[in-house]
Amino acid sequence: MTTASYPLHDSATLFRRNVRRLRRYPSMTLMLVGMPIVFLLLFVYVFGGQLSHGLSAGLAGGHTGRAAYLNYLAPGILLVTVAAAVQGTAIVVAMDMTGGIIDRFRTMAITRAAVLTGHVLASLVQIVGSGVLVVAFAVALGFRPRADAPEWVAAIGMFVLFSLALVWLATALGLSAKSVETASNTPMFLTLLPFLGSGFVPTATMPVGVRQFAEYQPFTPMTETIRGLLTGTGIGSSAAEAAAWSIGIAVLCYLWARRLYSHHTPS
Amino acid sequence: MTAPSEPAIAAEGICKSFGGSLVLDHIDLHIARGTIFALLGPNGAGKTTIVRILSTLIGADSGEARIGGHDIRRHPDEVRGLIGVTGQFSALDELMTGQENLQLMADLNHLERAAGRARVSELLDRFELTDAAPRPVSTYSGGMKRRLDLAMTLVGRPDVIFLDEPTTGLDPRSRRTMWDIIRSLVSSGVTIFLTTQYLDEADQLADRIAVLDRGRIVAEGTAGELKRRIPGGHVRLEFSDADALRRAAALVEGASTDDETLLLHVAHDGSVAALRRLLDELDDACIAVEHLSIHTPDLDDVFFAVTGHGTPVESLPVTASRP
Repeated sequence: MTTASYPLHDSATLFRRNVRRLRRYPSMTLMLVGMPIVFLLLFVYVFGGQLSHGLSAGLAGGHTGRAAYLNYLAPGILLVTVAAAVQGTAIVVAMDMTGGIIDRFRTMAITRAAVLTGHVLASLVQIVGSGVLVVAFAVALGFRPRADAPEWVAAIGMFVLFSLALVWLATALGLSAKSVETASNTPMFLTLLPFLGSGFVPTATMPVGVRQFAEYQPFTPMTETIRGLLTGTGIGSSAAEAAAWSIGIAVLCYLWARRLYSHHTPS
Repeated sequence: MTAPSEPAIAAEGICKSFGGSLVLDHIDLHIARGTIFALLGPNGAGKTTIVRILSTLIGADSGEARIGGHDIRRHPDEVRGLIGVTGQFSALDELMTGQENLQLMADLNHLERAAGRARVSELLDRFELTDAAPRPVSTYSGGMKRRLDLAMTLVGRPDVIFLDEPTTGLDPRSRRTMWDIIRSLVSSGVTIFLTTQYLDEADQLADRIAVLDRGRIVAEGTAGELKRRIPGGHVRLEFSDADALRRAAALVEGASTDDETLLLHVAHDGSVAALRRLLDELDDACIAVEHLSIHTPDLDDVFFAVTGHGTPVESLPVTASRP
């Protein structure tokens, strides 16, 4: 009987478990990847023709009409992908917490954080996979990123960092939920945030109150950064703001989630 | 198994309140190694709370406890390395197969690859789950889930096993199977802490029994000791009609009646002479007895005697349902 801790070993074990669970429950992943793809189709083919007229030459990136709007929209849709996918994180965490297995883990001599780390890593893999699918889909529709290799690396890095922040947030929300139903609802506000930012239209077109909210919420600098890296629009201070938001949310939510986990009592 | 001086489980003065109401009131426990201890009580008595405290899931408000000599508050990880817990609600991953669930436990117990595989197939075989091993747990019956749950607890070869209501909700045959498994466990030297609301289960399995009522241990001892604490048994007479029952009740001293089932309970020491006298008396009065049964004291009577409010309906296996 061992009492030594194996943080990496335990995290890897639980990561494999969670990936296996996600594969056994493909309908959830499909639904969560389906949402950004439906938004992409809807906004490009229904609203895109009209919305493209509002884009300045700088934001259109040399494209015209619907293609210009697709190129503006794709980075925003990528972040909708993250916001949608972390609903799945909250659901699977809550499924664990409301079932009996979590008490089994907590009475075993395994590294405490490993249960959460296993969920977070599995969700990250799921989100990166969804992101690749969504980008591929956007490219098939006519999205033409102009990023060079270092810009791709930077964009992927920012995407993963932002995903990590939202995954820890969703993990904490999943832990705090009293039921799986609640857990599937609470992260929904995240899917609204790309709309109330620069994900779909430039914030400059919004009325004052909305614009102020849009400019001071984390999705906007992250959208601007990824859009800038992929399509060459201006980034400015957005990258630093996006990184600060992501690290701040990740650290706070990590601490929150750990606290919730160690004080968990079953409903 | 030898019995070292250090008990497997020792607790003193454990108290716990939830939202201002006292759930556990100064619980003391001393459980020797290699024995089965049953904590018997109705729903809401605090059984699960004790298990949750001793298995390091929640803290006690006051009091101390040691498992295998390790303080549960100061050295929870050492305690977790010694114990295995099978809770009231299945602690399985329903999306995975039985084999995968056991393999997960082998990995989390840091067994070597080959040793882990061997342990998994050994347990599948022992718990008659080999055929079901490649199927998702969601397709298992209640009894199979319970067996797998216990098998998962055993993967790491715990010294002390907590079983919180291991047979609640199982059909009679699955209960028997579970009892056999529990008996076989203790023969391999582990200590078992069992909670149950079934009196017969404690009677069947446990070396020592503590009766828990409203957060307090109201009686403790072997099944025999507890039974000796209560007065003798009774004779149960069944009549064909209410009139006969009424006449018999008037005739026999100190008898109580149940009008609905037409039963007469007569306190009785079990001697043949007394029984003959009773039947002669009824015969002389021309009262026909349909059925007769002699009831020796069991734990139901103990429960009534020590708590003063009878056994709760939940303790009847036929009406048991999981909360």
